[in-house]
Amino acid sequence: MTVQSEVLRPPRTEVGLLGWLKKNLFSTWYNALLTIFSVAFIYVVLRGIITWVVRDARWAVVTVNFRVFMIGRYPGKEAWRVLVSLGIVVFLAMLTWVFRRAEGKPRRWLVIGWLLSFPLIGILLRGFSRESPFLPLVSENLWSGVLLTLVLAIVGIVASFPLGVVLALGRRSKLPVVKVLCTVYIETIRGVPLISVLFMSQLMLPLFLPPEIRLGTVMRALTGMTLFSAAYTAENVRGGLAAIPIGQYEAARAVGLNEALVMALIVLPQALRAVIPAIVGQFISLFKDTTLVAIVGLLDLLGIAKAVTGQKEFIGLHKEVYAFAAVIFFIFCYTMSYASRRLETALGVGER
Amino acid sequence: MQNEKLNTMEDIIICRDVHKWFGDFHVLRGVSVTIKRGEVVVICGPSGGGKSTFIRTINRLEEHQRGDIIVDGIELTSDLRNIHAVQREIGMVFQSFNLFPHLKAIDNVTLAPIWVRRWPKEKAVKVAMELLERVGIPEQAYKYPGQLSGGQQQRVAIARALAMQPKIMLFDEPTSALDPEMIKEVLDVMVELARSGITMIVVTHEMGFAKEVAHRIIFFADGNIVEQNTTEEFFINPREDRTKLFLSQILTH
Repeated sequence: MTVQSEVLRPPRTEVGLLGWLKKNLFSTWYNALLTIFSVAFIYVVLRGIITWVVRDARWAVVTVNFRVFMIGRYPGKEAWRVLVSLGIVVFLAMLTWVFRRAEGKPRRWLVIGWLLSFPLIGILLRGFSRESPFLPLVSENLWSGVLLTLVLAIVGIVASFPLGVVLALGRRSKLPVVKVLCTVYIETIRGVPLISVLFMSQLMLPLFLPPEIRLGTVMRALTGMTLFSAAYTAENVRGGLAAIPIGQYEAARAVGLNEALVMALIVLPQALRAVIPAIVGQFISLFKDTTLVAIVGLLDLLGIAKAVTGQKEFIGLHKEVYAFAAVIFFIFCYTMSYASRRLETALGVGER
Repeated sequence: MQNEKLNTMEDIIICRDVHKWFGDFHVLRGVSVTIKRGEVVVICGPSGGGKSTFIRTINRLEEHQRGDIIVDGIELTSDLRNIHAVQREIGMVFQSFNLFPHLKAIDNVTLAPIWVRRWPKEKAVKVAMELLERVGIPEQAYKYPGQLSGGQQQRVAIARALAMQPKIMLFDEPTSALDPEMIKEVLDVMVELARSGITMIVVTHEMGFAKEVAHRIIFFADGNIVEQNTTEEFFINPREDRTKLFLSQILTH
């Protein structure tokens, strides 16, 4: 005799909204208590925030000063240059997205486009000389607000990444001189706060550079941030390098690759992929650390916010101004974090 | 017959008094051996005897500290050009496969031909597909190593080594990390390869494989060659006590 098992519907309390509620929120009496308490807490907090945002806050300080927040002291007549730069970035980002969707990987000319966009935007924002009829000079000291924050963060990130990778490789080098130099550099920078690195770059850089080259405050701050961030990137990358099994080096050498190719084709792609979360985390903190340039007299988003709170007609509206700045920071940081997770999934295919 | 033909062939690998130390430990204690072009040699022996270290000195994954190793007329010295020249002529298959996990099977195979031999991509892909067919897994070409079984990974690894069209193939315990049901598929590929006339040195305990295709068996223990003989003689008439003991241990079950 064969036993025929009957197919039954699951008990009512296991499925649907009711089942979910029971399983996740009211499984035991103390869970039920916690649920009720949490709901009450969230209600009180949210009600306070929402009433403030919708009813009490005077957002005029933000709407009136929106342009100031975005570009600060950048001359209004030349503001179109910032918009065009933004347009270039958005355009490239959209192309990249479209081609990734269609072909699974970006085209070579897109990479070149991204690389070219940096000097192009730099020239566009800065212009040529004061008298030039076309793109007159806008001194870097006038760059401020979100514009400055983004310039500092993006250039800092893009420049410090390759430098950090080189430092990480240098620290693992078999040549003692290279190894010691990289180690000393990394450990020195890591042992010093960013503020002092920024100060040093303001004061010391002109001493090291030949007198013909005079860097503006922004460039000096950028140099400081890049040098600082590179040391941390290097340590993150080193962690990834250490995680590559020796068998990968051996297999790569056994098929005839030389040392440079072993690194470029086998070791670095795997090592960098492994440390994406750590590196993005570090870039997020670099983004937030751009606020420290206030101490060398630059007006980033936070500096502008502070200046706005000093306006006569908006006295006492600190909450609105800083809440707005916080939202802007959050949007950028969360975007980076989200992009990093997407990148991990996209690159994680077939990972062991 | 086949062995007589080999006798007239030139020596492709010559090792003379090869020594190697790991710290104070004397791993290789004066190994001398010559391998002829087209010869299939199986090296067996107890663990820790230096078999793997020995074949790894032949393509310079390990550096020998005394003695000479000459591969296809090129002496292995610290000259990097010589080392790369030798490594290009030798394919190696590892116990733990060591496929590149970030590359698809086919890209594992085409990598070295494209970057080292400078082949155009189409040619490299064509050759790689032929090799993957030869090892019996063309349908896995566009999967990542992590998506393949152990036996399939090892066959991709063999294809990867063959892609550089090496004159010599080294196998370092190629089936030791495999589940029993996958050993045969890898050995079948190796048997076919051995019959194709390529020079092969195989460190393995698969005595069935050795009996089927090896011209010569080398018994390796305590950092040196204890005994070597043609395959038939080795199994019928082992001379040394250590060889007899080893054979009785691995052939009884």
